[in-house]
Order: sequence, then C-alpha cells, then structure tokens
Amino acid sequence: MPGKLKAKIVAGRHLPVMDRASDLTDAFVEVKFGNTTFKTDVFPKSLNPQWNSEWFKFEVDDEDLQDEPLQITVLDHDTYSANDAIGKVYIDIDPLLCTEAASVISGWFPIYDTIHGIRGEINVLVKVELFNDLNRFRQSSCGVKFFCTTSIPRGYRAAMVHGFLEELVVNEDPEYQWIDRIRTPRASNEARQRLISLMSGELQRKIGLKVLEMGGNAVVGYLQCFDLEGESGLVVRAIGTACTLEKLTSGSLASAHTHPNTAPASNACNSPSKDGKEPVFGEDLPSSSGPPTPFRALPTSSSSPPPFSPCKPCSRQSSSSDTDLSLTPKTEEPQSGRRRPGIFLCPSSPVLSADSLSLPGLGSAGCGHGSGPRATSPALPSFTYSDSALLRKSVSFTEDLLLAASGMGSGGSAGKEAGPLKTLLRQQTQTALEQRGASSSGLLLNAREFPFFTLTSFPPGFLVHVGGVVSARSVKLLDRIHNPDEPETRDAWWEEIRQEIKSHAKALGCHAVVGYSENTSICEEVCILSASGTAAILNHRYMREGCLDIGSTDQRFEDPSPPSCGFCHIPYDELNMPFPAQLTYCYNCRRQKVPDVLFTTIDLPAEAAVTGKGCLIQARLCRLKKKAQGEVNATVISNLLPFMEYELHTQLMNKLKLRSMNALFGLHIQISVGENMLLGLASATGVYLTALPAPGGIQIAGKTTGDMSNEQHILTIQKRINDTIARNKELYQINPPKLFALDPEVFCGTNMELTEEGVGSPIPEPRHRSRLFRSHSESSDEVSELDLSHGKKDAFVLEIDDTDAVEDIHSLLTDASPPAGFHSCNTETMPGIYNWTTAVQMFTSVRVLRLSNANLSNQSLNKIFTDLCENLLKSFYFKLRSMVPCCLCHLNFNVAVPEEELIQVSVTAVAMTFDKDQTQERPAERFITKGGSETDEQLQFSLELCADSSSTNSQPSSRISGVPENTIVSSRVSSLEHCSPLTEGRSRSVRSSRSFGGSPVTMVKMTPLSFLPGTRNIKYLGIINMFFIRETTSLREEGGVSGFLHSFIAEVFAMVRAHVAALGGNAVVSYSMKDCVLMENPNKNQAQCLINVSGDAVIYVRETDQEPTASMTNMGQSLCAADGAT
Amino acid sequence: MAVELDVFVGNTTIMDEEVYQLWLDGYTVNDAVKARMDAGVLEECEADADVLLSDTMDQYRTFQMCERLLQSPAKLANQLLFQITPHRQVMLIERYYAFDDTFVREVLGKKLSKGTKKDLDDISAKTGVTLKSCRRQFDNFKRVFKVVEELKGPLVENIRQHFLLSDKLARDYAAIVFFANNRFETGKKKLQYLTFQDFALCAGQLINNWTVGAVDNMVEDMDVDLDKEFLQELKELKILIADKDLLDQHKSLVCTALRGKTKAFAEMEANFKNLSRGLVNIATKLTNTKDVRDFFIDLVEKFIEPCRSDRWTAADIKLYLTHYTNSAHILDPFKHQAVWDRYMGVIKSCIFIMYHD
Repeated sequence: MPGKLKAKIVAGRHLPVMDRASDLTDAFVEVKFGNTTFKTDVFPKSLNPQWNSEWFKFEVDDEDLQDEPLQITVLDHDTYSANDAIGKVYIDIDPLLCTEAASVISGWFPIYDTIHGIRGEINVLVKVELFNDLNRFRQSSCGVKFFCTTSIPRGYRAAMVHGFLEELVVNEDPEYQWIDRIRTPRASNEARQRLISLMSGELQRKIGLKVLEMGGNAVVGYLQCFDLEGESGLVVRAIGTACTLEKLTSGSLASAHTHPNTAPASNACNSPSKDGKEPVFGEDLPSSSGPPTPFRALPTSSSSPPPFSPCKPCSRQSSSSDTDLSLTPKTEEPQSGRRRPGIFLCPSSPVLSADSLSLPGLGSAGCGHGSGPRATSPALPSFTYSDSALLRKSVSFTEDLLLAASGMGSGGSAGKEAGPLKTLLRQQTQTALEQRGASSSGLLLNAREFPFFTLTSFPPGFLVHVGGVVSARSVKLLDRIHNPDEPETRDAWWEEIRQEIKSHAKALGCHAVVGYSENTSICEEVCILSASGTAAILNHRYMREGCLDIGSTDQRFEDPSPPSCGFCHIPYDELNMPFPAQLTYCYNCRRQKVPDVLFTTIDLPAEAAVTGKGCLIQARLCRLKKKAQGEVNATVISNLLPFMEYELHTQLMNKLKLRSMNALFGLHIQISVGENMLLGLASATGVYLTALPAPGGIQIAGKTTGDMSNEQHILTIQKRINDTIARNKELYQINPPKLFALDPEVFCGTNMELTEEGVGSPIPEPRHRSRLFRSHSESSDEVSELDLSHGKKDAFVLEIDDTDAVEDIHSLLTDASPPAGFHSCNTETMPGIYNWTTAVQMFTSVRVLRLSNANLSNQSLNKIFTDLCENLLKSFYFKLRSMVPCCLCHLNFNVAVPEEELIQVSVTAVAMTFDKDQTQERPAERFITKGGSETDEQLQFSLELCADSSSTNSQPSSRISGVPENTIVSSRVSSLEHCSPLTEGRSRSVRSSRSFGGSPVTMVKMTPLSFLPGTRNIKYLGIINMFFIRETTSLREEGGVSGFLHSFIAEVFAMVRAHVAALGGNAVVSYSMKDCVLMENPNKNQAQCLINVSGDAVIYVRETDQEPTASMTNMGQSLCAADGAT
Repeated sequence: MAVELDVFVGNTTIMDEEVYQLWLDGYTVNDAVKARMDAGVLEECEADADVLLSDTMDQYRTFQMCERLLQSPAKLANQLLFQITPHRQVMLIERYYAFDDTFVREVLGKKLSKGTKKDLDDISAKTGVTLKSCRRQFDNFKRVFKVVEELKGPLVENIRQHFLLSDKLARDYAAIVFFANNRFETGKKKLQYLTFQDFALCAGQLINNWTVGAVDNMVEDMDVDLDKEFLQELKELKILIADKDLLDQHKSLVCTALRGKTKAFAEMEANFKNLSRGLVNIATKLTNTKDVRDFFIDLVEKFIEPCRSDRWTAADIKLYLTHYTNSAHILDPFKHQAVWDRYMGVIKSCIFIMYHD
C-alpha cells in the first residue's frame, strides 16, 4: 500500500443550466480512482456550487498511481430520472509522484464533455502521500522525471546519458468505426479517452521502469504517440532518452535537500532500487570494455559496398552485415546468451525470408524487392550531381531496398528476437531479483543495440561529428492485434526499422543516431512506419559505459577540433567513403575534411559558427496513386516511396542552393498516405555553416540546343534564379568570408562590406580571419582546391527537358521569402538572432483543402499543396504583423490525408519578438551566450566530466557567479513546496485563495521551444500529456468544421493551461500537438476530432529578476497577502 | 478546390481592434474584408485578399465565441477558454457595451420589450446603424436592465461592478435603465433637438435627487423608481400657484431681485405667473405615471419654449430660476422648503441642460 491519494472538491463555477424549469443545476461530484468512487453532497439550485467536501482518500499501489488518472465527474442530480453528467476532469497525478516536481495540485479545471466542450469549472485539491517503497520487485517507477524537452533541461546537468528507451502498449479501440456509431452517446468516446489516459500512464510507468533498470532517473526527449489503427486496435508508443540528471547546485547541502540520493559520477539515481542495480553494473562493465566487438568491423564491411548501391547483390551484402550484427552478443557476452536464444534461432537464411513472406510485413518485403531495380534507375542521375548530401541521403532513399533486404534477412530475425526477449523481460520483472539483473542487462543491450538519442541539442563537447540524416520507412499491413499483452508484431516492426537506421549510421561511420524520432501514417489497413535521425559520433565520455559501441571511433577523431566546426568534420573514412562526396578542408579550422552540404535532424549546435541568418526551407510533394486494397496497395505505396524521397530531397537541395546556404538542421520529412495520394512534406532550417564551402549556384541546361526561343527561355529562367540567389544572400545576410586568395579585389570588396555593414554582417572575428590567411599562405594546394569548389564551376545543374522540369523550376521560384521583419525556422533557435525580447505567441493553425476536381495531375496537385503551405505561412505573417520584428520558431508542419480529396495541414509554432538593433550587439552577444548563464549548466557539465579538456576552462568566473543563483532558486522553491505538507492548512488556504476569489486567471505561456526568452525555468513540475476527443452532432450550429475545431483547439489550450496553473506553474515548454485527427460528415451534420498534446509544465522567472531570492520573497509576500485576504 | 476548414488559434487570443470594431458595427465578413482593404491593411503587410479573408473569418469566430462571455463580463476575467490580458479584457468589454448615440436616442424611454425589438429594423434604416449592431445594443440595454432590476444599492455602482464598465459608460447605462423603467417620453418632435447626453445628464439629476436611493441607499430599485413619498409631497407645492397672494408675493420678490440685471426682465415679469404655474403644475401631477412620462415634454412646453420664444439667454434662465427658487424661502406662509428645494434643484439642472441657446 505504498500511496495515499487525497482529493477534495472545493467548488464549481459557471456550471451550465441543467434544469430548464428553474434555470439552475443541482450539482454533485463523483471522484473516482481505480475502482473506488466517492461522491460529494448535492449542492442544490446553484450554478456556482460550494461543495467544500471532505478529503476523499484512496489507498492505492504506486503502480496504479502511475497508470490511472483521477477521474472527476460532475453530475446534475435528478430525483426521478438518471443523473445527467455535466462533464469530466481527468487529472494526471504523475507530477505529484516526483519529489522535485509539484507537491499539490490545486486550481480550477475546466469541466469537459466530449459533446458540449467546456461546461464550467471545478476547483479541486489533490495530494499524494507516498510511502517509501523498499520493494525491489515493484512494478512502479515513481520518481522518474519525464521531459518532453529534447535537450538537457535548463537548470539540470546530465551526469550520465544512458541511452535509448522504447515501449509500446496496444489495446482494442473502443470506437474504431466512429461514423457508424456516432449516434451513440458520448459513452464510447469517453471510454476511449479513459483508455488512452490509462494506456499512456502505463506506458510511462514501463518506460520509467526501464530507466530505473538502466540506472537513470529521468527521461529526456520523451515522445509519445498514438496510432489509431482502426479495427486492428490502438497503439500507444513512446521513445525517449534515459539520463541521470542532477539539479544544478553548488552547495552539497542544497543538493542533499532536493534529491538526497544523488551521487554524482556513479549511477546517480534516487530510486530505492539502487542497490538492486549494482550487481548489474558489475556484471556488465567487463563485458563491454572487453575485446573488440564485431560491431567495429561493421562500418568497413558495409561501407565498401555502400548500402544504397542499387544492385541487388549489394543489398544482400548489407543484409549479411545485419546478420553479423545480430550475432554480436555471442562473441561479446557469453553470459547473456541464455537470454537471447531468439537471435540464434533465426539467422538470416533463405528459409527465413520465406518465413517473413508470411508475415504481415510482406508488403514491404515483397514489393521492396520488386521495386529494387526500378527504383534505382531514377536515382542514378543523382550520382552525376556528385553531391555528397544528396548521396548521403540516398542511403535513406534506397531504404526500401534495404528494408526489403533486411526484411528478408535479419530484419525479420530481429523481430523474432525481440519478441521472446521482451516476453522474458516482462516475466522477469515480475518475478525475481536475479532475473531482474539479467533483464536489465538485457535492456542495456537494447540500449547498445540502438544507440539512439531523441535529443536534438547537446551540451558542448557531446557531439563530436555529424554524418548526416539517416532514415528508414516501411510499409506494413495492419492486422488485428490478437493478444494485447504481447504486441510482438508492432515491436518487431519497429525493431526492424531501428536496425535499418542503425546500419545506415554505421555506413556513415557513426556509432550513434541523434535527433531520433519515429512516426506513422495510417490509411485504412496500410501503415507507413518512419524513423529518422542524424548519424553522429558522440563523445563517449558522457555515456554510460557500454551504451555506445565506441570501438569504431577512429584515432583521428580524438584530435580535438574547434567546437565551432568540429561537428561538421566527416566521421567516415575519406578513402573509403560510403558514397561519392565532395570533400574539402574545413573552412574554419582547415585541419579536417568537411562535406559540401550537411543535412541533420538536430538543432544547430550553440557553438557552431554560422554566417548570416537561417530560414525555413520546405519541400512539398503530392503523388497520386491508384486506389487499391491490401497487399496491392502496400506494394503501390512502397513503389512510390523512393521516388517521393528522391524528389523531396532534390527540392530541398535546390531550395537550399537558391538561398545560398549549405546546411539543413531540424530536418523532418513526413510522408502521409491517403486513399488516392501520398503527401510528402520536408521541413528544415537552412543555414550557412562557416565551416562548409559556399554552395555553387544553380545552372539551367536545356536539352535541345539550337531552339532559339527555348534558349531564350532558359536564359530568362537562369537570370531569375541568379537574381533570387543574390537577393537571398542579401536577405539572409550571407556574406561568407571570401578566401582572399587569388583575387585581391574580392578581398577589398569584403573589407568594404565589412565597414559598410558594420559588425552585423556575419564576418568572423579578426583573429579567425587571420588564421584563414595563414593557412592560405601555408598551403597553396588548399587554396586552389577551395577556390574550385567556391566558384560556379560545380554549379548544380538542372536540366529542362520536359514540362515537369519547367514546373519544378517554377515551383522552386514561387516560394516567397518572409515579409520584412519576419524570420522563420523550425528549430529551437534561429541562427543569427540572439537578442530575444520576452513577447511570445504560440499558435496552432489547421487548414483542410477539398480537391473538387477529381482528375488532377501530379503537377497541379503539387501546386495546390505548395500554395496551401505558402498561404498558411503568409497568413501567419499577416496575423502576427504587430509583433514585428519577430521570428516564427519551431514551425512544425503536419500533413494528413483524412479522406479522399482532403488535404489537412496543421501547424504549431511560436512567434517570438527580438530586438531589432541587434547588429551592434551581436558579436558580444554570441560570447555571452556561450559563456553566460544560458549554457551555464552545460558548461558545468563539461567541467565536471572532462576536467582534462582545456577548452572549457575559459569561464570559471561565470560558473561561480551563475551557479549559486540557481542553487538558491531551486532550494528555495523546493523548501517552499516541501514545507507545504507540514503547514497544510495554511498552504491550502494560500492556494485556494489564489485560485478562488474571482482573482484573474494566471497567465500561462506556452511554447514549443524548451525555453521562454528572457526567463529562467526555475522548476520543472512534470510532464503534461493529454488526449481529448470532441464530437458534435450539430456541426452547422457550431459554425461548421472551422467553428467546431476552433473552439476545440481553444478548449485544449485552456485545459492545458488549467493543469499547469493547478500544478503551480506559469508556462508550458516543449509543447507539441502530436495528433489532430479530424473526421467530418457534413451531410449528417456531424464531426469528431481527436487531439493529443504534450509538454513540460514549468515555473519561470524573468531573467531581469537578477536576485532570485528577492523574487522569491516577493512571491512569498504575495502569497501571504493572498492568505491574509481570505 | 475549396478551403474546407481554416482556423488559427493563439495561446493568447489574438484580436485586432479594428476587426473587432467592424464586427461590433455589424459588418458581414465580406464587408469587413472590403473595409479593411480600403483602410489599407494590405499595404502595410505583404498579403493578399485571401489572407485577409481568412484572418477576418478567424477573428469573427473568436468574437462570436467570446460574445457569450462578454454578455456577463465578470466571467471574462475568470474564464479559462480564452487567455486575454486584463487590459485587453477592459477594451473588449468597453467596446462591446459602447453604443451609438443616434441609436440609443431612438429607443430611450421605450419599453425594452420584444415589441420594441421588432421595430429595430426601422430604427436601423433610420439611423444607418446596421441591424446586427442595433440588436446588440438593444440586448445590452435589456441585459443591464434585467440585472440591475433585482439588485440593491446604487444603480451606477451596480452597473459598474456587474458589467465592469467605465464610470462614464456606467452612468450612461444608468440613464438608459432609468428612462426605460419610467418610460419617459423622448421621441416627440419637440424633444428631437435633445441629444442622448442631455437626457443622460438629466437622468443623473433625477436619480441622485428624486429616487428612493437619494434618501435610503439599501432598498431594491432604489435608483430606478422615483420616491413615491416625495411625489406625494410635491402636491403641497400647489399652494404656490393656488394662493393668489402667495403667487403675487413670490412674483414681486423675484422681480425685485431681477430688476436691472437682465435684458429680458420685461418678459420675465410678464411671464412669471405662467412659468410658475407651469413648473408647479408639473410637480403636482408627478404622482400620475402618465405625467411622469411626459415630464420632459412638459418641461419643454411649459417652460423652455416660452423662454426660447422670448429669447432668454442661458444666463437669463439661470438667473431667473435661482431667484425663483430662493425667493420661495422668504415666502412666509410657504412651509415646504425641503420639498421645494429637492424639486427645484433637479428642475433647475434639467432646464439648464435642456435649454440650448
């Protein structure tokens, strides 16, 4: 009985009129947790009832505490008939289970009904008394902190990063055929909401268990998704990165106060199961530091015949390398053999490929093979461009082939392997200690097997080199999940994809994948699973041993590279490149080779040297497909996928060059499937990395020579393109440091620009420039080489041979740049803007287009889709014009094909204002950002972990001045919160007075970023993960679909804000809307929508409150004042 | 190809004041788009008509969703659906309850009933205020009326607190409520020259001096209904015109005081009895509801018009009424000084307001 949950229903307000006769309501409340229900008295005839109930106490397992939400139902008492439900509130009590998060939930919650939306508010108080659980066999993982933020949360430092976490749970969907059943009352949708709430609780608990077993205490970059598979069920899955986080504190006293069990450097984890893990470590360490593993040999073996190579034998080759991979454990860890029999049972063999044909993944396997030879033919031109990033991407481009191969080979076996292993895990965690040890090393193995990190930004020094984007997609046919407790197939599918990703990373000479994410697109019974990330080499110093396979790290990488360019240096072997790429010496340090273009899914590293500003770059694509069923459909789709990837990639590349940039960050490619079309949308933030060569221009070539009019046409297009490039250079202030080599005029020109444009122009510091000079004078070889790549000689050639190409070029040129004063990006921060002011406006926008014309061509569809996206952006600029100068950050586009002939685009982003006069401040700013309080925690991180590294010792003073501040804040807060259970009565009255009394509602800021500009997050209160369904049978009356969705989104925002405010917070960071599934039937006047949102609830204070103690005192005073007022 | 759905929702509700005004003024979305284009929004930002249409639709939807809250403004502050900064809330409420003087002039003193509401299209046609806007304004009047009807305490304060309005607007609403409750006639041709503000000022005088609330401030309807006792007592003033001696005495006192001080002395002397009869008669008849309704028209007919035809200046009026009031105190047999002051104080102020040179 490790927990006591207490809830108190205080009052209601703004209730709806339930009794038409009296225009009043006789409301009472049911409070339910698990199977226990309490009721309040009926408060008769009032729309603002004051129940002021007793404390309802639930004595429950902590497992249930994690899984179950507290359900509060407000009802209208009816003497003669059944009581009418007014609405419900689900409260996730997870934040109360973590000592560092919130200690009480108290506030006004919107009462929500799936049909009527928000119907008044209810004031609730919730507390948890958690008894210390010394049971090592427990199933709960209370105390593990969850963060949606995909970086180390501010105010924390990572003592250790443990690795990849994944879990999924499946269930029957209580309402998979909504359209037929929409007339049934809200019961089914409520059941669905309840179920999903339960499932995500369970999922979170399971992930938490894994974290504890790995020795961590937190999950960072937690990403949870729902797959509504219709008839085949409901899948809730999550991935994340296990970490051991420590609050940034300097005094040991304070640290002991906030989390007593933190023992830095070792497996710091404040969970009671600590002693249970120790043996695991002991058992594991020797094995991982033991002899070189076959992993090490892999990169070479798979890179010599590159995995993307089009021919069939090659994919065979890569499949055999996968086999190596799955055999790894045998040589490496004899004692683990007993846990992984599955691996050896299913070696890659023809028998198995036959076997896999009978799997539901057949679609992908079979058609992948079929499409192999065909798919490669359009890919071939790409080789002639000899463009490294393109080819690097073509690793993923041919992923279907690879997938096919691995599906036949080890991919299938991997799936098989995962199943039994998981079963074993489940059994083990339920039973005994020895097995727990075993399972945990199994988990560790899993973490090593998938050295993936959902993080997108890292502390300095963490990221050593970046290889490029790796991605994998697979088309699956959904079948009914027969046994929800054993979701083997879904596990196996993902396992397959992850293997794929891993092997791609290996091919790029990388041992890890960062910025990793997974998603799905489902249409009827076809499902596209996608995963993508950025292959990278990480500094293993920060990893838990064994988490990464570091053997493959070449000695040359130990060479410390400057932080501003080090990550650009190629991780793969120059002589043994996985693809033909154009390498040059780094323009920054001139010591190592860099590719000419770099694509990544991560955020721009803070220390990266960037020239000019960045901008959002999107590639959009529509492809029609024939309607089909089952396997045929899957085949059609998987045949189309490579073409789409290729075209998206070409578009991205062209647009990047058009903007005169050379790197993409935050690349996210989404491919959505509909009944008769596929939609592809790639978004990224383009930047000019100083370390990389300047991109060549785009050259137009006509196919038919001699035709005068045609030639004229080409010339005009060429001119337009050149003009656009020139204009963009100016717009994004891209004035790369010229390599003052052969042309003294150029040099002078640059200098003049420098003086004219002032410091604002992105020219590196003088010191830097002189270094460039030196290197030039030292080696003339380099100069010529650099010059070659710099000129227009290697311009990207676009051939106009048919109308398609003309269309492509036109679409290339139609992208409007943002109006004056606006910038846009899809990453955390905008490269080139450093002085944010505090105004933020988060927004969600959804647009659905109906294609009335049934016979559209691909071209016109593309145009429509492109216009849709462009018009959305235009709308944003217009609506937010009062915020100028401002930047739309974290523009997250989501496309879907909800029905035939419908295209849905939903966008969530934040507009942030910045100081226009940043030009003067910029150079200084940059250094402040580097050394200042913002990255303070990160600095400390590196200080702690690599004291030998000299590069980070530069700002000891800032650390000393910065850290105690944080300490004071955090200890203050926690003491404030900690004292509340003691002085219960007082704190309660404080709380309630704050939320009562008609005092204005707390303003809660929301942002998809991990921070609010000009503020500091002083406390993380817990994760917000909410799922809502809204339905209507009076669509017209509610203002059509737009009116319906508008109010629903507003309601979702309101509920998120209310939950955050009830936790005592004033902001949500890393907010995202992961799902927005709208189904409508205007003929029946009906519609239904599902929305899933998540984020981290925080308390922030203004950065300007330099003395945090003062601000805390103020807070205390205001609380006291409020107290006195009651 | 058509946009099936198009929404934009900000965490902080985005509201453009211009569009809000257009919405309040009852413009349709298309008219609003046209109006915005004419105002030159597109020039300040690179946008096209589609963007403008989409934005206008979004805003209109937001306003429609907000309208329910605006109708009970206290809810706006502690509702959770829209996150609106407090100063924005003030603006929204103030503008929502703002009204057109031309419109209110038409319904002032009318019963706020369904019947009146049906005539709104005529009023709309007459005033040029859109029907939608007329309805909103009318419903606002009605809503305020209904709410304060049942409340105790001072009228203006009640409106201010209940609807979170500025002092000025609360006073105007108090006037509207007061007029509607007592059904003062304001629509007659002879009263057309008076603006709403004239009436509002008069209403303020009446509320402050003649209602129950002027004596006792904790009864229901205190500021809405006239003090019945006081109206009864007004009958006693009849003596001022009924008693011939008293009338003469009063006249001579006033004339003595006025002599030489104004050009209009001759007319004053000549008209004294008529004017005095007029004013006292108004007072004595106020027990009849019908005569209460005609209060303003009586004032105009019995006093203002004669004075105007004799070309009195405002200063003349002031002088005359001051002496007229004060002289009554010296009249020995006249015992109703308090009632007289309470009555004449308001009459004086009202006439000052209503007398336009």
